[in-house]
Amino acid sequence: MFDSLSQRLSGVLDSIRGQGRLTEEQVATASRELRMALLEADVALPVVRDFITRIKERAVGAEVTKSLTPGQQFLKVVQQELTATLGGESAPLNLRAQPPVVILMAGLQGSGKTTTTGKLARRLTEIDKKKVMVVSCDVYRPAAIEQLRVVAGQVGVACFPSSVGQKPGAIADAALAEARKQFMDVLIVDTAGRTTIDAEMMAEIAALHQQLKPAETLFVVDSMTGQDAANTAKAFSEAVALTGVVLTKVDGDSRGGAALSVRQVTGKPIKFLGVGEKSDKLEVFHPDRIANRILGQGDMLSLIEETTRKVDQDKAAKLVEKLKKNKRFDLDDFRDQMAQMQNMGSMESLLDKLPGGAQMQAQLKSADAEKQVRRTMAILNSMTPQERRFPDLLKASRKRRIAKGSGVEVQQVNQLLRQFESTRDMMKKFAGGGMAKLMRGLGGRMPKGMLPPPR
Amino acid sequence: MTDTWFSKVRAKLNQGDSFLTRDLGTLFSGDTLDDDALELLEERLLLADAGVEATGTLIATLSSEIHHGRVRNEGQLREALRKALLEILLPVSTPLDIPPFIKPFIVFVVGVNGAGKTTTIGKLAHRYKSQGRKVMLAAGDTFRAAAVQQLTTWAERTGTPISAQGEGADSASVIFDAVQAARSRQLDVVIADTAGRLHTQGHLMEELRKIKRVLQKHDPYAPHEVLLVVDGTTGGNALVQAVQFHEAVGLTGLVITKLDGTAKGGIVLAIAKRLALPIRYVGVGEGIDDLRPFDARQYVDALMNTPETVT
Repeated sequence: MFDSLSQRLSGVLDSIRGQGRLTEEQVATASRELRMALLEADVALPVVRDFITRIKERAVGAEVTKSLTPGQQFLKVVQQELTATLGGESAPLNLRAQPPVVILMAGLQGSGKTTTTGKLARRLTEIDKKKVMVVSCDVYRPAAIEQLRVVAGQVGVACFPSSVGQKPGAIADAALAEARKQFMDVLIVDTAGRTTIDAEMMAEIAALHQQLKPAETLFVVDSMTGQDAANTAKAFSEAVALTGVVLTKVDGDSRGGAALSVRQVTGKPIKFLGVGEKSDKLEVFHPDRIANRILGQGDMLSLIEETTRKVDQDKAAKLVEKLKKNKRFDLDDFRDQMAQMQNMGSMESLLDKLPGGAQMQAQLKSADAEKQVRRTMAILNSMTPQERRFPDLLKASRKRRIAKGSGVEVQQVNQLLRQFESTRDMMKKFAGGGMAKLMRGLGGRMPKGMLPPPR
Repeated sequence: MTDTWFSKVRAKLNQGDSFLTRDLGTLFSGDTLDDDALELLEERLLLADAGVEATGTLIATLSSEIHHGRVRNEGQLREALRKALLEILLPVSTPLDIPPFIKPFIVFVVGVNGAGKTTTIGKLAHRYKSQGRKVMLAAGDTFRAAAVQQLTTWAERTGTPISAQGEGADSASVIFDAVQAARSRQLDVVIADTAGRLHTQGHLMEELRKIKRVLQKHDPYAPHEVLLVVDGTTGGNALVQAVQFHEAVGLTGLVITKLDGTAKGGIVLAIAKRLALPIRYVGVGEGIDDLRPFDARQYVDALMNTPETVT
């Protein structure tokens, strides 16, 4: 949907070569592109302005390393600054207070406070081995209290009962007393979603904060939020002393500019990311991953994670076994591979996550990779099991039958067989030399940065 | 009703003052426009989430007007801006019309998590009911904790029947049952809730397609209206959401919620510019009456804080 920043920058800057340092002029041109890219990624305008001023200071006169183009050099500066701004490393929850430690959740409607409360409770119970109680002070939205009760039940933590008729302050007091009585380590207080322009509701949360003196006040913000993220964060941090931020719905495909806005405006660390609907989908924040996402540079780590999740590990292991025993790689195995490729989801969504994927995507549009894979599967499925096991059986008449069965021309069947043969040759090498050799061989052919760095 | 609605949007969008045009007069020195006036407007539009694309179009239109010497004072600038805004918004300002011959008229509500689907349904039910229609709700969100209870509360509040099964039930079958019940009871409208889902989750989008397929067993034209609920505070991702949902189930309209929270509401422009989908309703508050049909002229007036036109 959007051009990545590197694409924009290479267009502007890469025509200028052979200079040792980034000039002021170059930086100014690049900054304009950066401004658009950040705005498209939903970073709030005041934050963008601030950020660009800092980038200019750092970039002018920066030495262009031999191996980089001016565009890449500029991008590197941006990436570093962005990662630094987002927070160098992750900040853990502060639980060093007299128990019960109170955690107060605050945010707009629908940002994911209750879901995050559940996830946090689970994390604290399972990883930090704390005794956790949760309580809902949302007496406004229908069934909000019920929602937290169910969520608490799912993750197996205590839930202090509250009801719609009560005042939030009274609920909080009672919950705190009960948590003390039961020797709870942590009390997480979920609140109603509120808009920042609703003065009454903002006063309510300020009062709650006063009364509870929480060790942590977490601002829950939807990663898809636009320009308003800055205003909202500002208003909340003025009403209550925030100690951290939770960024939710990060499993969507928004560019997450809100992260930068909120971080800059509140000055508080982003502590967690919500990456799914299930209660275990809460991750510690990685600044570099979000930085790359904002810049449209592709999220390499997510891709690797997704791939490992989707590839059938068992089947892959079996294939390796089979090859090791020096059995042949036949069309059945080829079909399995194709099926796995289909399984990984659409090529486009995969490419989206790759650095430079946008360009590849444009090229692929004409080739329509997915259709190819589907067609290949159809041809393979039109063969008999025996043919798949012994591809040498395939002679003209059988090929004609297969072509008819899968609705293609004989040439395409031939094409597939050639493709299969080259894969088989590669597999032979693979069986001989093992994984490492193959990866080395591939490494040379893959664009830089596609393979995870050796550990 | 129009008056209160109008002033409400205006009050909520601008907090009594127009972010866009509050000091347009100061941008003129004599009868020439300051150079940075357009830049200032551009900035404000961007700040309001109008998006790079819609902002670009608006500014291009305005600057061409200025170059032709048609804008010499504040009034003319306002008028030019108003015209440019309307040009974007009028095409998407088509209210939802429920024809009496389709019974039950099935409204299918989809959206990402936390966009405000259930609340919107509650308000819609109230709206249709007060128009004298017989409404039924279908609790299709069987995934999120207490979603069914939330909708049930709305059903009680608005006095509409609801068809629900337990949590974890098959969403398609709940909605199918609701339509069947509505048909036998001769009701006019069925509003079907669905679980919030991020548009990137392929299997969940597939589930939506399934629900639609199942509904079509009742009526090949069902669902008659597919509303995407978009959170008004969402940034550029709103467009991606709309495209993905459209691909899955074919949207026929949009509801933009929480416009009261944004104080700006420019996202409406970005969406209108990018998608040819009618904006059916906008939500401006938590009250049961705070969902209103979208009217481009009123909206622009609210954005620009022009004095209420006397009708």
